[in-house]
Amino acid sequence: VQTGEAPLPDGMPITFALAGNQNSGKTTLFNQLTGSNQHVGNFPGVTVDRKDGTIRGYDNTIITDLPGIYSMSPYTGEEVVTRQFILDEHPCGIINIVDATNIQRNLYLTMQLIEMGIPMVLALNMMDEVQNNGGTIQVNRLEEMLGIPVVPISAAKNEGIEELVHHAIHVAKYKERPGRKDFCDADGEDSGALHRCIHSIEHLIESHAHAAGLPLRFAATKVVEDDELVLKALKLSDEETHALEHIIAQMEQTCGKDRHAALADMRFSFIDKVCSATVVKPHESKEHARSAKLDKILTGKYTAIPAFVGIMALVFWLTFGVVGTSIADWFSGCIDSAIGVLDGALTAYGLNPVVRSLVIDGVCAGVGGVIGFMPVIMLLFFFLSILEDTGYMARVAFFMDKLLRKVGLSGRSFVPMLIGFGCSVPAIMATRTLPSERDRKMTILLTPFMSCPAKLPIYGFFAAFFFPAHAGLVTVSLYITGILVAVVFAFLLKFFAFKGEPVPFVMELPNYRMPGVKNVARLMWEKAKDFITRAFTVIFVATVLIWFLQTFDGKLNVVADSSDSLLAAAGSLIAPIFKPLGFGDWRLSTALITGFMAKESVVSTLTVLVGEASAMAAFLTPMGAISFLVFCLLYTPCVAAIASVKRELGTKWAVGLCLMQCAVAWIVSFAVYMIGGLLF
Amino acid sequence: MTLDKLKPGEDAYIRSVGGTDLPLRKHMLDMGLTPGTEVTMVKAAPMGDPLQLTVRGYELTLRKADAAQIVIDKVHDAHTPAPSEAQPDIAHPHTG
Repeated sequence: VQTGEAPLPDGMPITFALAGNQNSGKTTLFNQLTGSNQHVGNFPGVTVDRKDGTIRGYDNTIITDLPGIYSMSPYTGEEVVTRQFILDEHPCGIINIVDATNIQRNLYLTMQLIEMGIPMVLALNMMDEVQNNGGTIQVNRLEEMLGIPVVPISAAKNEGIEELVHHAIHVAKYKERPGRKDFCDADGEDSGALHRCIHSIEHLIESHAHAAGLPLRFAATKVVEDDELVLKALKLSDEETHALEHIIAQMEQTCGKDRHAALADMRFSFIDKVCSATVVKPHESKEHARSAKLDKILTGKYTAIPAFVGIMALVFWLTFGVVGTSIADWFSGCIDSAIGVLDGALTAYGLNPVVRSLVIDGVCAGVGGVIGFMPVIMLLFFFLSILEDTGYMARVAFFMDKLLRKVGLSGRSFVPMLIGFGCSVPAIMATRTLPSERDRKMTILLTPFMSCPAKLPIYGFFAAFFFPAHAGLVTVSLYITGILVAVVFAFLLKFFAFKGEPVPFVMELPNYRMPGVKNVARLMWEKAKDFITRAFTVIFVATVLIWFLQTFDGKLNVVADSSDSLLAAAGSLIAPIFKPLGFGDWRLSTALITGFMAKESVVSTLTVLVGEASAMAAFLTPMGAISFLVFCLLYTPCVAAIASVKRELGTKWAVGLCLMQCAVAWIVSFAVYMIGGLLF
Repeated sequence: MTLDKLKPGEDAYIRSVGGTDLPLRKHMLDMGLTPGTEVTMVKAAPMGDPLQLTVRGYELTLRKADAAQIVIDKVHDAHTPAPSEAQPDIAHPHTG
């Protein structure tokens, strides 16, 4: 450990970066460190989630949760973000979390972090698991070999966290930088060729690295790795570049390996040395044995797909069937009675009827209707986050990869689409984990075709009247139609818009784990908060707007009959567009307009305009009803989903997606109506 | 032979990692698929692709086409010394 620099002055905030591999328990540790003092944002210029928080009990600290990465190569957005954060924001210290059960691969990132020369502590997570399986890791020896403090912890059990924080604050405050950055072997099997190469490069680029503000050792190894971003930042002259290439070519010749393989090999050779000196391996870990057993069924040749269908059926049955409906009914009942009480109070007070109508028919009905959906959405997230936390989602991506590749995507796109059945908004946000822009855009365009629960009231409303005996069948058929349209659309995108290959599928399959209660609870709380915020912002404005349009006419007089309102005028204007689809009535087109704000509004608008569902028989045939439902399934997603697309891909894409989906919906509904007309 | 040809349950040592897709190759190296590393084939996904391997004590997935870029030596082949590498039978210099 190097010292000698003046410590940070008291009172200056101490900033930390939390870095580690995926599946190393990073999120759990972050939650343990910060408790509820978190806020979520974006890293500048990219849509990668950034979570900041204050360490509990240390008000003067800020810790940033960096993306879970395996290396500091500049190939995925998340790796670049991590690098840029450490290089540009100069955190006072790094907390590197390492999964002790998987120490070999985890240390690969550690070595690259150490090269950045920033005070650093290693949090050796899941040590309890290693010990329970009869293994040990000699912490003191590990500290000595790596030159940084190592603290064994169990993030899940909240053990060792206090000691970790103590060490982290100490090294950051007293600027104790890693004691060793030089991991290349001066007399290894390549007789030190790489060692000489790195050190010659260090001499060559020293002033450039200093000028660019790059840590020297980091810059030198990245030059060996032909890292474009670092090479550009160094601004080397042609002669210098030539000299570097010569040094590297000579190293490649002596080592008998190319530059990338030589460097990766150097790091792993050092790690092997560290591990053989410090790690007593357990025989076979219980967790791994259990995973292998579960995988026999869950990814087995003949059992994987049936098991997946079974699990998803169970999740949807629990969410939308028994549990979800009873909770949702109870919750809606509460909201309705609260609105009833408020209505009574306002009437008794003698409030102006137009204002009362705004509060009760506009805001309460609209926002209340959406909030009524919260239990179902939270429940769905509860199940999906359990599937994610256990490690099952990674398996789903694994066995769905081949299928998705046929439509030009990788297995990883499957997870966001699955979430799309819950809500497009988080599904679109979940595409952030996809490593390529192309896959992300394609997945975002396809996700809204997955029918979301907000459309269920529409299906129910129509099916109950037109197809009372087959309500379930209608709903299931619509879900399947959505998936089929997505598949066809994906083919079209693959051939016309997104040529090229889906991302490679080099992915870790973590051991199955029990989901952390705290993690799941926190996620559900975040979703609920997000949902309520949305209900009181976007949907609040939308309902007030719709209320205004349906209450007033063109001369801003209160209308007696909603068919004279501004909304009806707008509905009548676009109604002819839907004539060929079998639902040319203005009330239906008006309902579709309100559906842009939130899908639930389609039903609430229709109830206002038509009254009972039975009144629709006057202007809608059963075939027209099916056509209308297909249109509702496929047309533009709600404004909240569009807003997420805008945040991820920009305005152009958001508008494009909106128009494109309306076109697809029109074409498919038209086809359905025509074919239906021929058959029946 | 290449990694995609390895059968479930078989072990091999990586000889070289090839391919023209540089980012992919770098990523494979970063994930620990470096020359000399031992890999075990666990199985193929239910639809035959991708593959599941054990490398450096963890489970990694890889598509067949990408695995075909990795040249391997099967473990039992590697343990059988090739004739040219066999120790020459010379008398021990310090005895007798």
